[in-house]
Amino acid sequence: MSSTQQVLGFDRSVAVGRLRRPSWRGRLQGSDTTWAIAFVVPYVAVFFVFVIYPVVYGLWLGSDPALYGLLFSDPTFLTTAINTLLFVAVGVNVKMFLAFLLSGYFMSRSWWVRSLLAIYLLPWALPALVVFTSIHFMLVTQWGLLDSLWRAVTGADGPLFMTSQWIAMTANIVAYIWKWMPFWTLIFLAARMAIPQDIYEAADIDGATGFKRLIYVTFPLLANVYLVSTVLSTVWTLGDFPTVYFVSSGAPARLTDVLATYGFREAFDFGYPRLGVAAMMSALPVLIPLVILLMRRVQMRGVQL
Amino acid sequence: MSLAFTAPMPARRQRRRRPFARAGAVVIGVGLLIWTLLPVYNMLLMALDSDADEFTGSIWPPDPNLDSFRSVWTEDYWLMEHFWHQFANSLFLGVGTMVLTVLIGSLASFSLGRMRLRGGWIISDVALLTYMLPTAFLVIPFVHVMHWYGLSDSLWAVIAAQVAFATPYAILILHQYGKLIPMELDESAKIDGASPLQVYLRIYLPLMAPALVAVGVYALLLAWNEYLYQYLLLSSTPNMTVAVAINQFFDSDEAPWNYMMAIAIIYTLPPVAIYFALRRFMVAGLTMGGVRG
Repeated sequence: MSSTQQVLGFDRSVAVGRLRRPSWRGRLQGSDTTWAIAFVVPYVAVFFVFVIYPVVYGLWLGSDPALYGLLFSDPTFLTTAINTLLFVAVGVNVKMFLAFLLSGYFMSRSWWVRSLLAIYLLPWALPALVVFTSIHFMLVTQWGLLDSLWRAVTGADGPLFMTSQWIAMTANIVAYIWKWMPFWTLIFLAARMAIPQDIYEAADIDGATGFKRLIYVTFPLLANVYLVSTVLSTVWTLGDFPTVYFVSSGAPARLTDVLATYGFREAFDFGYPRLGVAAMMSALPVLIPLVILLMRRVQMRGVQL
Repeated sequence: MSLAFTAPMPARRQRRRRPFARAGAVVIGVGLLIWTLLPVYNMLLMALDSDADEFTGSIWPPDPNLDSFRSVWTEDYWLMEHFWHQFANSLFLGVGTMVLTVLIGSLASFSLGRMRLRGGWIISDVALLTYMLPTAFLVIPFVHVMHWYGLSDSLWAVIAAQVAFATPYAILILHQYGKLIPMELDESAKIDGASPLQVYLRIYLPLMAPALVAVGVYALLLAWNEYLYQYLLLSSTPNMTVAVAINQFFDSDEAPWNYMMAIAIIYTLPPVAIYFALRRFMVAGLTMGGVRG
């Protein structure tokens, strides 16, 4: 009885829905339009006053072609550009791959893995300023925590991390991974949990277990999430400021600057805002295609990551 | 979100693999724990040391005591004379950003998602685009523009920046979540004579509460954890936030790093408390559509 009623009720409501023109579903009328417009006005105002105007002004600041000649004749800028590419390419990819693997680890239901997850996610909630300053102090001088650990284990004095360009750059990348890997692990964990159990059962019957299951079942299903996440993270990381500013702060001798810290220094330490804007705008040829790719992907599939 | 998940492994294989798999899992777990907590431990190590300007060079605090925390509490050092005032500034910044983001974001998403404003897709596309923008790239023109607006050295300038960057995420998340609430509710309320404002206040806001919490926490943490805009937009001591005050230690000749780390730890407590209290909402907001940290 109940099922019949349900079917009838369902049919009727659909029929009614089709006959009657739903009030707000079609075109808005009269005062409703006014209300709807009034509701978006605050956001549109904020957007124009605090996003569009600065963007346009920034584009104008960086519009002089001579700036780019100046920029590319600066050897520090070339180092900065290479550093930024390294930072993004290594940082983002290592972080994403490890996050993907660790999301599998955190699928475990045991109580201690779940408690570990709560602690593991902590870096995501901590202020970047604080944690990167702490990491900075682990590395500087001979008396930082890492040097102390080194001494405790080997008995010899540890290396001076911040005097080597490569060690300092590695420290930046490791610190970046430390801060952001938990966040993306959570994204992949959510995506993994959305995979229906039947698929794994079918794969199990077909003999795809363990490593094979990861390669042939899990990864293809997560490929889209992985791609969108990687591109989104690349876009954000291109403009990453706090990691390098606090961990190595460009040391030694501005050899580990990235675009955001280079632009910051040019604009606010040396007083050339136009050069700073130009430095950041030099990322646009990479940034724009990625954003277009992302917009297309995300619009097709909804915002769901 | 249902997190329950049953592993589909045949019993025999499971038993055979168990000891190795378990040992491996424990090793990874211990490694992750050390990896995650090492920088946090370093903060404590530095803050618990009473010697102000020397590194201890040891793995354990040689003489652990809470002197530096006591000094911060009583503000008895010139770099932290206004600590509690600055803490209040940080709080004002965070709460202001949270309230405005939730308000502006929910109004916009109500108009776009529930009232189906024509041409609304332009606004949601623009929001998506703003969401992707690396905010550090905008800071130089932003500081100049704020100067023209007469908002230099004002907390409102920072709130404006944070609201502008947090609202797009709010709109995207609220739009997604709003799809779960049947349109019929709005329609029947409208037939009963409710104005759009009443529908927004009486139906939309109460039903959206979980998503509003997720968005609010996101905005609060974004404002609390951000540094660059605060540093460039706030210059005078009475208007400074804790984040800016911490960085002042680097510019001074003396280096009482234990005080700095004590301040840093106190500054870290609110986000940690929020994280452990509202983790569910944060994770739920995340799985609905991705976050900028």
